[in-house]
Amino acid sequence: MAREINIKKGLDIPLEGKAGGKPEPIKSGLIGICPDDFPGYTWKCDVKPGDAVAKGTPLFHAKEAEAIKLVSTVAGTVEEIRRGERRKILAVTVKAGEDATNPIDTANLTDKLKMSGLWAMMRQRPYDVVPAADAAPRDIFVTAFDSSPLAGNVIPTHIAEYLEPGLEALKTLTKGTVYLAVRPGQGLRTKAATVLDMIGPHPAGNPSVQIAAVAPINKGETVWTVDAGTVARIGMLVKKGYCDYRAEVAITGPAAVKPKKVLTEIGASLDVILKGELKEGESLRVISGNVLTGVKVNPETDFLRFPYRQITIIQEGDNADEFMGWASMSPKKFSIKRTFPAFLRGLEKPFNFDARIKGGHRAMILSGELDKVFPFDIYPEYLIKAMMAGDYDKMEKLGIYEIAPEDFALPEFVDTSKQELQKLTRESLERLRKDS
Amino acid sequence: MKPMFEKGGKYHALHSVFDGFYTFLYTPNETSTSGVHIHDGNDSKRTMITVVIALLPCCLFGMWNVGYQHHLATGECIGWLAQFFYGLWAVLPQILTAYIVGLGIEFIVAQLRGHEIQEGFLVSGILIPMICPVSTPCWMLAVAVAFAVIFAKEVFGGTGYNFLNVALVTRAFLFFAYPSKMSGDSVFVSLGSATPVDGYSGATPLGQLATATGENVHIYGVDGQILDLSNLFWGTIPGSWGETSTFCILIGAVILLATGMASWKIMLSALVGGLGMSYLGCAIGNPTYPVSMVYPIDQLCLGGFMFAIVFMATDPVTSCRTETGKWIYGFLIGVLAMTIRFYNTGYPEGAMLAVLLMNCFAPLIDWCVVNSNIRRRMKRMAV
Repeated sequence: MAREINIKKGLDIPLEGKAGGKPEPIKSGLIGICPDDFPGYTWKCDVKPGDAVAKGTPLFHAKEAEAIKLVSTVAGTVEEIRRGERRKILAVTVKAGEDATNPIDTANLTDKLKMSGLWAMMRQRPYDVVPAADAAPRDIFVTAFDSSPLAGNVIPTHIAEYLEPGLEALKTLTKGTVYLAVRPGQGLRTKAATVLDMIGPHPAGNPSVQIAAVAPINKGETVWTVDAGTVARIGMLVKKGYCDYRAEVAITGPAAVKPKKVLTEIGASLDVILKGELKEGESLRVISGNVLTGVKVNPETDFLRFPYRQITIIQEGDNADEFMGWASMSPKKFSIKRTFPAFLRGLEKPFNFDARIKGGHRAMILSGELDKVFPFDIYPEYLIKAMMAGDYDKMEKLGIYEIAPEDFALPEFVDTSKQELQKLTRESLERLRKDS
Repeated sequence: MKPMFEKGGKYHALHSVFDGFYTFLYTPNETSTSGVHIHDGNDSKRTMITVVIALLPCCLFGMWNVGYQHHLATGECIGWLAQFFYGLWAVLPQILTAYIVGLGIEFIVAQLRGHEIQEGFLVSGILIPMICPVSTPCWMLAVAVAFAVIFAKEVFGGTGYNFLNVALVTRAFLFFAYPSKMSGDSVFVSLGSATPVDGYSGATPLGQLATATGENVHIYGVDGQILDLSNLFWGTIPGSWGETSTFCILIGAVILLATGMASWKIMLSALVGGLGMSYLGCAIGNPTYPVSMVYPIDQLCLGGFMFAIVFMATDPVTSCRTETGKWIYGFLIGVLAMTIRFYNTGYPEGAMLAVLLMNCFAPLIDWCVVNSNIRRRMKRMAV
């Protein structure tokens, strides 16, 4: 029996540029794995330029737990170790060559996951980091849909059949329950997990919302969250002994020339998959991920970033000198408050957003506006104040263990005072984790 | 021109002032650098301007009413437009004084701290003159505004950090520092140099009620005519010039609620609290306190009660911030405002003091509400 969970608070941001149709296969020829996508560990590079690697060969290992690896998703030659300030590794790039797969010769599931790089694609609560090597989770929450703006499929169609064995495998990793959160319309039913039918606007697809509705996390407890795409890869690994490292990516957004879906390698080079998608001569922002939680990337030199599902292209907007914008009566300016006339044309019709923050940074003024898009039994304003003050005790008491930075994305979007809430949450969680 | 005010530019010292004017004219092109890549269109400027728009009906009506009361008091026959311009001319110096002094301090403080100029005073600047008698001298207003902006706002960190409503602190400062200019029979009607008509009295209805004796109390207009509920509702009565018309206040309330800029919970609970207390006052019917015996609906239209619950109690910075807290906060404002009005004959109107008092208690109410959430979480952990 599926359990129905109804979310009232939230917002589906009506953004133009949804991708449809079948995914078109593209081989990028070059991939890059960015260690910054996997918080919670310090990643040590295992390869040097010129090394030959197979699909699944480790590129990094975690300094704190050597068994946990980040792997190459294509077979070929290591091209470059890209470094940033203070020689920090930004990415390791691999040029695709002849196909080969790195064998995983262990019977232990945990070891398999760690060696195949799939362990690093799971997340642990509290702190929203890659799970600790020896953790025993209370429960595991699998999410089979993405409710964020313009999101595509979470489960790549070509490996969807492996979801069931993947869920079976996860069951062996916890003494508690494995939950599978789906949209009622998806038609996903399984005996391998307790199905949660999620109804309501974004953030219904955020694991925190699902956890809060079922059994909130208490201090000292550990819960894992993982997307169903990764679970399908786990299923394939268990069944076949190797893993398919391709991802179904939705290229979306109001500034995308032709929104579409592609099937490409995890970490694919963007210049190949975005060929013909960017309007010439315009100031564009390319985001790997969705507009709420994605990472700003350079379409010429960067790579597809975790969770490897979506690219959104919007106008940067830095050349738009809007005269007296505060007095604007334009129906094209989206606001969930009725201070702009956009509500008259209907807020559910798609809007064209750009990257401007549309105002100045201020202290918190309006009350209750964040609560409207924050479906938790938590007082967001008070938690934010505790985070700003760095008050660990208050943060714990106000429920910081129950949330991840992504849960503050919608509050950050609607915030009149334009504060950087996700950054604040990530920094606070990191400080708590390091001091615990 | 912009580079001259940027770091290293000739006029960098004045960058806050430049930014203030620049962002007023042009929405900044600043794009997001972390977190979400798109933002809702609403910002602090739009928020403040929306509140000012909500205040406009009261403000424009108030200007006309100043002229109208002058016409009643002096018997001068002038048309409604002339009455409006008479009022405009009478209150304009007050509005300018409030803005120049308040914004001047904001500009200086922003410059000293290196902040952007904050918009909070756009609302306070128009609110302050509206809740003062028309004959308040500008120098008094200037002193009071300076006191309030510095000691009720800037010392706490500026807009968003103050715990007392700045406009009401200004009003309270005037009330306690210059009581003779803030109440009584001679401050609420602008006579100019003209002589009043026979039977003239400049007392506000609430002032008359506070000093009335006997069972059957009537209230009179400035020309000696008996006033009824319709006068009180439409606002053709003397009083602090921006808050007399209940009708215009209701228009403002509709604008605030429709745009989501004010909390309906605070307004509703304050209204319920005020009405409840009025009915209680009526039921007790103690002739020592004649104001308490006024019929509750009339009671609402008297004095600054409605203005206070629509525009003052709902100030998001100084009111309760939790939803449960808002119910308690609003209700207590309603009850306290009426209690002070009824039973403290020293203060004919209690709305100002009730809101200021509850401003002080709002953090405590919120603390209790948030703590119950914390307790629930702690209990869950213990199980």
